[in-house]
Amino acid sequence: MKAVPLLLSLLVMVEATVAIASDTTALPRSGYEFQSSDTQSLQDDDFKNPGMLWVDMGKIRYSEPAGSTGQSCADCHRDLPESVAVSFPKNNRHLGVVVDLTSQIQHCRTVHQKAESFEYESEASLALTVYLGSLSRGQAFQPVDSYPQDQLKASIDNGRLYFNRRKGQLNLSCGNCHEESVGKMLRGDLISQGHSNGYPIYRLEWQSLGSLHRRFRSCDIGVRAQPHDLGSATYIDLEAYLRERGAKLTVETPAVRR
Amino acid sequence: MKARISIPAQANKGDVLEIKTLVSHPMHSGFRRDAIGALVPRDIIKVFRCEYRERVVFEAEFGPGTAANPFLSFYIRADRSGEVKFIWVDQHGEQTEQVKLLEVVDKIK
Repeated sequence: MKAVPLLLSLLVMVEATVAIASDTTALPRSGYEFQSSDTQSLQDDDFKNPGMLWVDMGKIRYSEPAGSTGQSCADCHRDLPESVAVSFPKNNRHLGVVVDLTSQIQHCRTVHQKAESFEYESEASLALTVYLGSLSRGQAFQPVDSYPQDQLKASIDNGRLYFNRRKGQLNLSCGNCHEESVGKMLRGDLISQGHSNGYPIYRLEWQSLGSLHRRFRSCDIGVRAQPHDLGSATYIDLEAYLRERGAKLTVETPAVRR
Repeated sequence: MKARISIPAQANKGDVLEIKTLVSHPMHSGFRRDAIGALVPRDIIKVFRCEYRERVVFEAEFGPGTAANPFLSFYIRADRSGEVKFIWVDQHGEQTEQVKLLEVVDKIK
C-alpha cells in the first residue's frame, strides 16, 4: 500500500521534468540569433548601428514643439517610464480601441498637440517610435496577464487567429514558416521564429529603418496574400499576439536584420 | 545629411586613433524603383574627406553601389592638438561639415 503514493509522486516528478524540458525547447529565440555574425556586429555596436541615426532624430523630435498648441512630447511626458514601448499595443481609453505605439504617437499628435498627422511609415513617425523603443532596450516583453484588459485579450485572440490562418496564393500561415519551419532555409535566408522584439528594425534589404507593419506587409505579399494597411486593426492585433508569443524576450530596438 | 562621429576628445601624442563615421543618406543608385514602379533618380554622396589641422588625412569616393547610410572607419595618428574636420559632399554639391576638437597631450592622466 505504501508503494502507491511513492509511485504517484514519482509520476508527478517525471511529468514535472518533462514539462520543464519542453519549456526550454519552446523558449522564444530572438531573430538576432538567426543573423550572420556580420549583421550581429552591426547591431552590437551602437555606433555602427544605422538605426541609431533615427534614434538620434527621434530624441530631438521628442522635445520639439509641434502643432498649434506649441507643445512637445516632453512637455506632457517628462518622466516617461523606460518600459513605455513594451506596454504597447494597449487599450486606448479615449479611442476605445487597442493601439500600437505609432498610432498612440499619432493620436497625441493630432489630438493633444493639434498638429498635422504624419504618415505611418514616414521618417518622423519611425524616429519617434524607435526612440521610445530604444528606451526599453533590455526590458522583457511583459506577459499579457499583467495587463488585464478585455479588449486587449480579444485583440490577442484575433492576432492568434491571423497568425495561424492560411492565406494567399501559396496558402501559408505565419506559423507554417515561423513555427514549423524555424531553422530551415528559405532560399538564402534562415527562417527565424518571427518575433517582434527588435522593431522598428534597420533592415539591410530595405536600406532603411522600417516598422513591424511594413514587415507584416512583406510577409503577406511574399505568400501572395492581400496585404493590410500600415496601422490597420488586423496588424495591431497581430502585433499584440506577437508580444505575448515572445514574452520574456528582451527589447533590442533598433535591431539590425538582413 | 545627419552624421555621427566617434573620435576621442583627448589622446597621447603618437597614438593611432580609430575614427568611425556614419552619415544618413539614402544613396539611391538610380536603378531602384519605388512602390509604383517609377525609377528613383540617382542621389548619392560623392566624396568624404577628413582634414586634421587643415591637412587632408583621409579621403573616400563613393559610387552608386555604396549602401545607404555609409559607415567608414579609418585611423589617424595624434600629432598636435587641433581641429578634425569631417566633410561629406553629395552629387548636387551640397556639403555637410562637422568639426571635432582633438587635444593631444604628453600623457593622459
